[in-house]
Amino acid sequence: MTGVLVAALQVVVVAGGSPLLVGAMRQVRARLEGRAGPGVAQPWRDLRKLLRKEPLTPRGTTEVFRLAPVLLMATTLVVAAVVPFLTNATPLGPVADLFAVVALLSLGAVALALAGIDTGTAFGGMGASREVTIIALVEPTLLVAIFALSVRVGSTNLGDIVTSTLHDPALVISPVSLLAALAFAVAIIAETGRLPVDNPATHLELTMVHEAMVLEYAGPDLALVEWASAMRLAVFLGLLANLFAPWGIASLAGPLPVAVAVAALAGKVAVLGLALAVGEVFMAKLRLFRVPELLAGSFLLALLAVAASYFLA
Amino acid sequence: MLGLIGRIRRLGRVAEPAPPPPERSPAAVGLGGSVQVRHVDAGSCNGCEIEIGQAFGPVYDAERYGARLVASPRHADALLVTGPVTRNMAEPLRRTYEAVPEPRRVVAVGDCARNCGVFAGAYGVAGAVADVVPVDVQVPGCPPAPEAIVAVVRGLTGR
Repeated sequence: MTGVLVAALQVVVVAGGSPLLVGAMRQVRARLEGRAGPGVAQPWRDLRKLLRKEPLTPRGTTEVFRLAPVLLMATTLVVAAVVPFLTNATPLGPVADLFAVVALLSLGAVALALAGIDTGTAFGGMGASREVTIIALVEPTLLVAIFALSVRVGSTNLGDIVTSTLHDPALVISPVSLLAALAFAVAIIAETGRLPVDNPATHLELTMVHEAMVLEYAGPDLALVEWASAMRLAVFLGLLANLFAPWGIASLAGPLPVAVAVAALAGKVAVLGLALAVGEVFMAKLRLFRVPELLAGSFLLALLAVAASYFLA
Repeated sequence: MLGLIGRIRRLGRVAEPAPPPPERSPAAVGLGGSVQVRHVDAGSCNGCEIEIGQAFGPVYDAERYGARLVASPRHADALLVTGPVTRNMAEPLRRTYEAVPEPRRVVAVGDCARNCGVFAGAYGVAGAVADVVPVDVQVPGCPPAPEAIVAVVRGLTGR
């Protein structure tokens, strides 16, 4: 019973906190650019307004276009419920398999890419083709990087990986962890559409990746897409934090360890998000044809991590 | 990179202090402190574009009041229309307006958008913005100062 409550709490924390994470990242960027910034709560104001707007679907679109935001949101919610964010013993633990979680997250991304094609506009198709190119290069890295951690545990369950790191803190600074963490971080930057792979603040259709796919969404559909995108960012950063530095996670039941876990998760994700936002100020977007080089590099790191996990075991 | 850190520290904050909030525009209803703006150039000389760029730049920083420029009319709540509407842009402007979900607002920026300005009577001009789509707010000036654009945007966001 308490497990169900904790899983529900995870969903609430991720859904409620992710717009604030995006707002904080935009605020940090604005301050470094000499602006005043709209405040941390601005994404929540945007979502509230979008949810109240008129739903509008462009002429000629099919069910693929209408279902994609729901599917994106649903897969993200499932992942937020099962992944070991607050406790390493959720009732849905067996679902928190590395392959299942990565597959669920890519299912949402692929649904959005199909919706981009479904609109039949030039930019929708172009964004979808770029997104699929990036997904095809990122997913292997995500899988292999987490797999490197699972080798020494002997299980692909994320909860087991977190538990083993908790019991043996020395694992955190092992070469396997460091290589895998680096590969995972680059893959997250590409998957969530941050600089230098994609610029989330661009208005130039020709340079867009994620934005180009969602150009035709309006009102509540757009709110779902933006909210789910923010949640995916929070989920990926939370995964990075908890797989490679799981301290603070609740291994015992009870309100106090869970409260500590919520604070630890929020702190870790906030630190990672703000570091990402600060890093973005110093970076320009990579040329699209250079992106595969970056992602191939991160895949190589992940592969080295797997090799190291066998040789150093 | 160190040079950039030094410049960021030296520069500090370039955004000017916010002037007192203007009177809340009746057009602000239903937007709740967040306005996504789509800019439509319906035939402008690009004078107004430079001023809009300044209004959303670091010094005037219209984003701090909850406004943001977006890339698609479907994401937008308000259209910033500049220039006299040329014959070729009349239909695209009408379609852009149709693509914006309700509640939607139209801001006519600059004298050309209000009454065709110096281009009145020219052979390529279809009319002012109000002749093509319903206009909610106007910003006078040729070109209007960024402060004036920011004040109108603040009227829409109500912040």
